[in-house]
Amino acid sequence: MRRPLKLKDHHHEQRIFSLRLFVGALLVVVLTLVLFSRMIWLQVIEHNRYTTMSDNNRVQTQAVAPPRGLVTDRDGVILAENRPDFSLEVVIEQAGDLNALLKQLGKLVTLDDDDLERFEKRRHSPRRPWEPVPLRGRLTQEEIARIAVNQFRLPGVRIAADPIRHYPHGILFSHVLGYVNRINAQDLDNMSLDEQSNYAGTHFYGRNGIERFYEDRLHGKVGYRQVETNARGRILRVLDEQAPVPGKDLRLTLSMKVQKAAYDALGDRRGAVVAIDPRDSSVLAFVSRPGFDPNLFVTGISQKDYSAYRDDRDKPLFNRALQGRYPPGSTIKPFMGIAGLDAGVTTWDRTIFDPGYYQLEDNPHRYRDWKRWGHGRVDLHKAIEQSCDTYFYDLGFHLGIERIHKYLSEFSFGQPTGIDLDAESGGILPSKEWKRKVRRRPWFHGDTVNASIGQGFVLVTPLQMATATAILASHGKQVTPTLAAGEVHHTNRHDLVLKDPGNWDKMAAAMTQVTEGLHGTARAMARGAKYPIAAKSGTAQVFSVGQDETYNEKELAERLLDHALLIAFAPADHPAIAVGVLVENGRHGGSTAGPVARKVMDAWLLNDKGELDVPPSLLPPAKHAETP
Amino acid sequence: MSQREFLRQMPGQAGSTLSPGLATRLHLDAPLLAALLLLMLGGLTVLYSAGGESLDLVFRQSLRFGAGLFAMFLLAQIPPRSYRFWAPFVYSAGLILLMLVLVMGVQAKGAQRWLHIPGLGRFQPAEIMKLGVPAMVAWYFSERTLPPRLLDVVAALVLLGLPAMLIGLQPDLGTAILIAASGLVVLFMAGLSWRLIAIAVILVVTAAPLMYYFVLHDYQRNRVDTFLNPEADPRGAGWNIIQSKTAIGSGGIQGKGWLDGTQSRLDFLPESSTDFILAVLGEEFGLVGISLLLVMYLVVVGRGFFISWQAQETFARLLAASLTMTFFIYVFVNIGMVSGILPVVGVPLPLISYGGTSIVTLLASFGMLMSVHTHRRLMSY
Repeated sequence: MRRPLKLKDHHHEQRIFSLRLFVGALLVVVLTLVLFSRMIWLQVIEHNRYTTMSDNNRVQTQAVAPPRGLVTDRDGVILAENRPDFSLEVVIEQAGDLNALLKQLGKLVTLDDDDLERFEKRRHSPRRPWEPVPLRGRLTQEEIARIAVNQFRLPGVRIAADPIRHYPHGILFSHVLGYVNRINAQDLDNMSLDEQSNYAGTHFYGRNGIERFYEDRLHGKVGYRQVETNARGRILRVLDEQAPVPGKDLRLTLSMKVQKAAYDALGDRRGAVVAIDPRDSSVLAFVSRPGFDPNLFVTGISQKDYSAYRDDRDKPLFNRALQGRYPPGSTIKPFMGIAGLDAGVTTWDRTIFDPGYYQLEDNPHRYRDWKRWGHGRVDLHKAIEQSCDTYFYDLGFHLGIERIHKYLSEFSFGQPTGIDLDAESGGILPSKEWKRKVRRRPWFHGDTVNASIGQGFVLVTPLQMATATAILASHGKQVTPTLAAGEVHHTNRHDLVLKDPGNWDKMAAAMTQVTEGLHGTARAMARGAKYPIAAKSGTAQVFSVGQDETYNEKELAERLLDHALLIAFAPADHPAIAVGVLVENGRHGGSTAGPVARKVMDAWLLNDKGELDVPPSLLPPAKHAETP
Repeated sequence: MSQREFLRQMPGQAGSTLSPGLATRLHLDAPLLAALLLLMLGGLTVLYSAGGESLDLVFRQSLRFGAGLFAMFLLAQIPPRSYRFWAPFVYSAGLILLMLVLVMGVQAKGAQRWLHIPGLGRFQPAEIMKLGVPAMVAWYFSERTLPPRLLDVVAALVLLGLPAMLIGLQPDLGTAILIAASGLVVLFMAGLSWRLIAIAVILVVTAAPLMYYFVLHDYQRNRVDTFLNPEADPRGAGWNIIQSKTAIGSGGIQGKGWLDGTQSRLDFLPESSTDFILAVLGEEFGLVGISLLLVMYLVVVGRGFFISWQAQETFARLLAASLTMTFFIYVFVNIGMVSGILPVVGVPLPLISYGGTSIVTLLASFGMLMSVHTHRRLMSY
């Protein structure tokens, strides 16, 4: 130590300190300016960007789904409505340990593998943070109570009430109404951008039937709501709102009463019934059995239920009335008769002799009549009443397939009827060209002969049967079956104007003999009827019988039995209903399908007291006042 | 006596002789106290909004302010001479307590910072060291000639490094760095040679990447990663900083208005009443509010520097300068972190953030500052 410590140079130390203090103060000023300029950057230069970010944080635009339009029958009976459904949702971000939570929830409500699988799938599909993921729908009151009581130990679990579609009559209208179920990415992909934004808030989409065809009208227009949410997604207030335009209600032409009669009349048999009012083309009943419960599909059908439907050999998901294609059998005969008369091939007076079979001149093949020993001498009237095959073999052969095709096309055969449902089958009305194109074979006379009694290549849907019958009943005026009341659809078919319009009434009279005549094939259905019924029964072979075999129906498995068909309209003089009935493997049109058609016509034409009381047409002719 | 020195001594003497006001008699410094009270009042106003209009929160914060002001008042009565005398003892006691924390401390939020004392409750020994370290280093230099020789520098580094290391082990890197900084400020004020400063800066800059890979804990490394790129995980680690920048930026020049800040009121801003309270202020009062706050802080720091400048003894001088500078470092680190120019370190905004013992320590340090100023006349050498 060169100098004593006690002798500190205070002035020197103070100078050093003052300088350092000055440097320190300078540093403070510089650093404060750094902070200040940072604030200028954030609050002045980048202000707009952060304002946007802040608004995006808190303001969310939510789409508000419009309430779906109701569907009623012609009398206002509700067929499809919206009901609140309570469903369990989980906000993943709040849930914490998800597995533990699901386990705990499993003790409070039933969660099957389907629920969990769907939940997993939805959980991993893109969604915005804090958006709840649905776990299970259709909570019972008891389950809601159990969740509510335990809410405090179930973080992130909420119960949501959303309107869902409900079909109060379930299976009764399944094939005509269709159903809605959850909209999926594919549905959205198939839409235009405008449509997509219109579905922004919608969870459901129409599948099949009326729900699909009138989707646009039932859906309505989406509304918007600007809401302020907090960081956890809770809505604090509504900033702006544009109400959705509710979907339009849809009144159908169907009549609950007629539909139910048709459904019940078919019973447990597989088949289809379509009833049309020929005066206004309205569809009164549209039944295909077996049906399905559309309510099962709405919130997502379970794999088990779906497999049960899919694997059922009775095919309950198949719309027989719209898509089932069956040989029309003898029900084609009245239309063949009209064609033959108008083409001049036959008259009411012309007769032929029926030995029980028909032979083409240069061919040994015998086209057999259903009556082995033949009908003897037959004119057109008797041929219709007794359903003589030989007469129509002959008539068809002389008409030729081109003329058959031309006339029958006007009855809607071989083309969709134009009903307001999607995916309608047009059946097959063969022609030479058709056979060459589809079958790559030339047309033979035998093909014409087979077609003349509704066998061979001819296939029709039950809807076509009813439509053709309605056209027949309205004397050739075109009928485009319509389900939505007030809708008018057009097809490219033309009204059929006969050279002798009197033939319409004469054909109706011949068909009335089918139900009233001594030898009529559908006598059973007219028993005790309060009005005349014009009908034609038919039997369509499912299984072709060899040339010289006799067939024993008892030996055939039930599913190989003939289909029973029947067309009818009533009252025969002033038709107000035309019906097509198909009963699969029902064997005899007259005895099996006839009573079904009768019950349907009674339901429409009789009042509650059982008196004939024809309901007015939906079209506004002045003489009809109002719906009773 | 030079003219400069005369002038330097004038205001104090004049103030105390001409108007021996209440403040002076109570050993309080009126300008400093006024600035602190204004800051506290502003802090309570922002806190009321940040805490969701919770009067309870404001009340509890006021209680802490009360306790802090009381500590300040008490410490202002004690002359700097006593601080100098007690500094080694307080420092040693703090060191022992810090070691005890590591052995038998209470865990909270993944770190062992708290010591449980039966009857007194929990407290953080690190708080003692916030005052103990600058006092100790100042004590060390007050005994020696300045500028410090290399050996003294090493000794000072050990004195400040030991507690910093112990705190860093808790782990509480933020507090460790700030306590080390308070000691380093003393070293700087004592006249540490510029050459050594330059070497130290170069060392720190080169050592930083090594620290990142070998010294930092995972959570600390994450904070640095997040600081460098907050957008990498906007809903996770980057959330805090993105939301606080959004809050400040959306405030603009005038702010959204008191109680109208959507970022904090709607819970987008985490820690809005504690470490990130500046974002609430920035959002609701805008650039105007933040500028006012910065001005108030500058007033406090300026007054602190003025007191240091006027101090008549090395110990008091160094202590006052260190406490003032440390206060500013708190301000800078907090605002820097909330506005996204520094990584997230758990440092509260002095006198504004809602929070525990640090308020009491902070006000206590201002008590020491006032002591330095108000006992000046009585000293002679």
